[in-house]
Amino acid sequence: MFLRKKVLEVENLHVSFTTYGGTVKAVRGVSFELYEGETFAIVGESGCGKSVTSQSIMQLLPKFSATITDGAVRFKGKDLRHLSEKEMRKIRGAEISMIFQDPMTALNPTLTVGDQLTEALLEHRPVSKTDARKAVISMLELVGIPNPKERLRQYPHQFSGGMRQRIVIAMALICEPEILIADEPTTALDVTIQAQILELFKDIQRKTGVSIILITHDLGVVAQTADRIAVMYAGKIAETGARRDIFYRPQHPYTKGLLHSVPRLDLEGGDLVPIDGTPPDLFSPPEGCPFTARCSYAMEVCGKVYPAVAEVSAGHRVCCWLQDERAKRALLTT
Amino acid sequence: MKMAGYIMKRLLSMLATILVITTLTFVMMKVIPGSPFNEERNTNEAVQRNLEAYYQLDEPLFVQYLYYVKSIVTFDFGPSIKQPSQSVNDLLSRGFPVSFELGMTALIMAVISGIVLGIFAALRQNGVIDYIAMTIAVLGISVPNFIMATLLIQQFAVNWNIFPPSTWTSPLHMVLPTAALAMGPLAIIARLTRSSMIEVLTQDYIRTARAKGLSPFKIVMKHALKNALMPVVTILGTLTASILTGSFVIEKIFAIPGMGKYFVESINSRDYPVIMGTTVFYSIILIIMLFLVDMAYGILDPRIKLHKKG
Amino acid sequence: MSLPVRTENEASSASDIPVEWFAPLKQKQDERESVARPSLSYWQNAWRILRKNKLAMAGLGVLIFLFIMAVLGPVLSPHSVTQQTLSEQNLPPSMEHWFGTDELGRDVFTRTWYGARISLFVGVMAALIDFAIGVIYGGISGYKGGKTDHVMMRVIEVLHGLPYLLVVILLMVMMGPGLGTIIVALTVTGWVGMARIVRGQVLKVKHDEHVLASKTFGAKTVRIIRRNLLPNMMGAIIVQMTLTVPSAIFAEAFLSFLGLGIQAPFASWGVMANDGLPVILSGHWWRLFFPAFFISLTMFAFNVVGDGLQDALDPKLRR
Repeated sequence: MFLRKKVLEVENLHVSFTTYGGTVKAVRGVSFELYEGETFAIVGESGCGKSVTSQSIMQLLPKFSATITDGAVRFKGKDLRHLSEKEMRKIRGAEISMIFQDPMTALNPTLTVGDQLTEALLEHRPVSKTDARKAVISMLELVGIPNPKERLRQYPHQFSGGMRQRIVIAMALICEPEILIADEPTTALDVTIQAQILELFKDIQRKTGVSIILITHDLGVVAQTADRIAVMYAGKIAETGARRDIFYRPQHPYTKGLLHSVPRLDLEGGDLVPIDGTPPDLFSPPEGCPFTARCSYAMEVCGKVYPAVAEVSAGHRVCCWLQDERAKRALLTT
Repeated sequence: MKMAGYIMKRLLSMLATILVITTLTFVMMKVIPGSPFNEERNTNEAVQRNLEAYYQLDEPLFVQYLYYVKSIVTFDFGPSIKQPSQSVNDLLSRGFPVSFELGMTALIMAVISGIVLGIFAALRQNGVIDYIAMTIAVLGISVPNFIMATLLIQQFAVNWNIFPPSTWTSPLHMVLPTAALAMGPLAIIARLTRSSMIEVLTQDYIRTARAKGLSPFKIVMKHALKNALMPVVTILGTLTASILTGSFVIEKIFAIPGMGKYFVESINSRDYPVIMGTTVFYSIILIIMLFLVDMAYGILDPRIKLHKKG
Repeated sequence: MSLPVRTENEASSASDIPVEWFAPLKQKQDERESVARPSLSYWQNAWRILRKNKLAMAGLGVLIFLFIMAVLGPVLSPHSVTQQTLSEQNLPPSMEHWFGTDELGRDVFTRTWYGARISLFVGVMAALIDFAIGVIYGGISGYKGGKTDHVMMRVIEVLHGLPYLLVVILLMVMMGPGLGTIIVALTVTGWVGMARIVRGQVLKVKHDEHVLASKTFGAKTVRIIRRNLLPNMMGAIIVQMTLTVPSAIFAEAFLSFLGLGIQAPFASWGVMANDGLPVILSGHWWRLFFPAFFISLTMFAFNVVGDGLQDALDPKLRR
């Protein structure tokens, strides 16, 4: 595989929240890279820390309760953690953009759509208002909003959910950022609209070459759009790999469990098997692998020591003791 | 157009309320024992003549009612019993400008200070400003304005002799009464602005604005403020009412020659026509204010402006 | 023996882990579904949140103190309410008379706590009556819905447009001063706020799933109202009541200031404050200070407790 340009690198990220009940360790040592022009998906169930991870890239977490306690976020040769708030603001919306889950509430109901869009551009680029307007109109055309000139003057409540998400996407891309982070962009939408939005992502990526980080819990979405995938569980990444690796050669028991619990048209029929149990309490996370309690392959070492990273093939990494030689030997003897 | 339908509906509601008040005062006049409108008629000649002229006391009840409604509609509020040479309208035209000045100044002061205080408290939550602001707010709400007035007089007029304690002759005279009148509404507005702003700042569209890289100043001023002020506009009507009723007592305490003072005097001297007339007049003012506030609210929120179901 | 937790980057140093640990683990099935933290009922949770609110707790303490003193105050004092000792006129606070005396030689301390009884009585009665009328009116309006609701709401709209204190004043002029008339005047239009809230709550909860569930189980209307609707509404109702009391006490004091309040020899705090106002320039500050202070303190306490309750009982803010 040829060496592509690395656009973002997250290394050993740790994020904690202070709540009334104590400290929640939401992200516990997450590392991944994002390459130019690819769509990288982070998959996991609710509460696994994927949203927190994406928000900490942009330093968007609420300051009074969330702290990044360790790790680095490297972008364009700088560690974003070390930037001042003012410097971060220059990057947000211009070089790294983020869109969120619910399009119905993402836009300000008392400002026109045109106002909110031009604002995004005018904040970062020294263009005139007329030029900004032109740019916004062509952006709206790009994302598939008909009659952009008229619709500029309208308010968000006059658009449907799918249209609003398109507007939000347009707003995120108007400054032509390098990275677009999409946190559950289709979860709140109908299935048919979902497909349209995913198509839109692919289309835009083709046209502009933007790198996308896609956060979702929906494997179906991932199957359609992701080039590479990271599977997250309880604040840690269990498995990372290319799409084919994850879907056809999953190594981690959690990944396998996820795939079995989702209806698949391409594999032969079989029962849907949900994964027993619930994720661990992140107030006092377990010492070893967090999936131990629910894993049918669990060994004594799993509960005691966090597994070392194993490289199954190029770019396919797993954190699981099953990969260790001693485990494979033990399996052979039983 | 839907907007016109909404206005019509509100106007009709207004008229209904005014009618209810008019009827209520009319009924009251007939019902109060010892009032000059029923059989007792224990007043002197001049007054009696005035009353008969205004209230058409020889006509049947229903006709009297219609005459009364007509006079209200034409803004003729009747004669005074205790001061036969004056009509209610005379008193109103003398007192209203003063009361209006007092009330408006207090209202504007309360709104501006309250909003500013509330915004700063929200932005620096649990900070020093927040505590100070909220303490002022709690005091403003708990201490009735007439007590506040006496405290102010005691402190600033008697002890320190900075501001004069009464009448209404110079700008310096305005300070204490306006402050006393404005404290309560200021406190309410500050608290409401603060909690509303805090809530708005947790909204998704604020998160979007932050993700766009906007400065905090811009986020507050352009995105948050309009939305946060909605609840404040909603209570403006009630606040005006409380400033209005508050002015009665403030004017009495500070000996300010406004409508409120005449009203309070008329209550004490049982000058019934003045009481009735002034009440109806006050109600009309209030209802107009409420109506204006409603209109403003409709303008501010585009969802209401365009989509209100008539 | 426990080993330090490794990060995913320390691959080969895992060699000192004993081989036996790689044998499969037998897990108990039921452990998997255990929930981490105990959950509290609605009221327990509300009490917990309220307890943390120091201001609200202070307010609650003040209220308890006031109520106790209202009952015990006149008993504790060596003086009587009405005893006029002309030789002891207008005395400032002293060991003999803790709050001083008035122009008739009456003990202000004793009168203050008698006044407390009256003022608190007016406040609580007004709140209770508002509650009773409001719940019935709002409950019917909300639950019945349709035409009934529409008509009832129109009536409320018109009533709401009437300026509250003006109506109260008018009624007082009409009925003449007195304890009973004051309460009537306060409640004639006061219930509107409660009715609106109750109706809003009923509308919100009417279609909740647990109500529908009860209906499908064949529960009768009364039972539905009692077990499904009422508990959900109690929060908002209680908050509204704690905010009605101070506004009633304020209204009563206001009326006294206008001379429409309770008549002598009985005195509420409002009347005492009104009497104390003219003598303030003569230096007899205690006449105004004590009733005014207690009015403000009571209103403060109720407001603060009401706020705290609102925070504690608001389901949106549940933590």
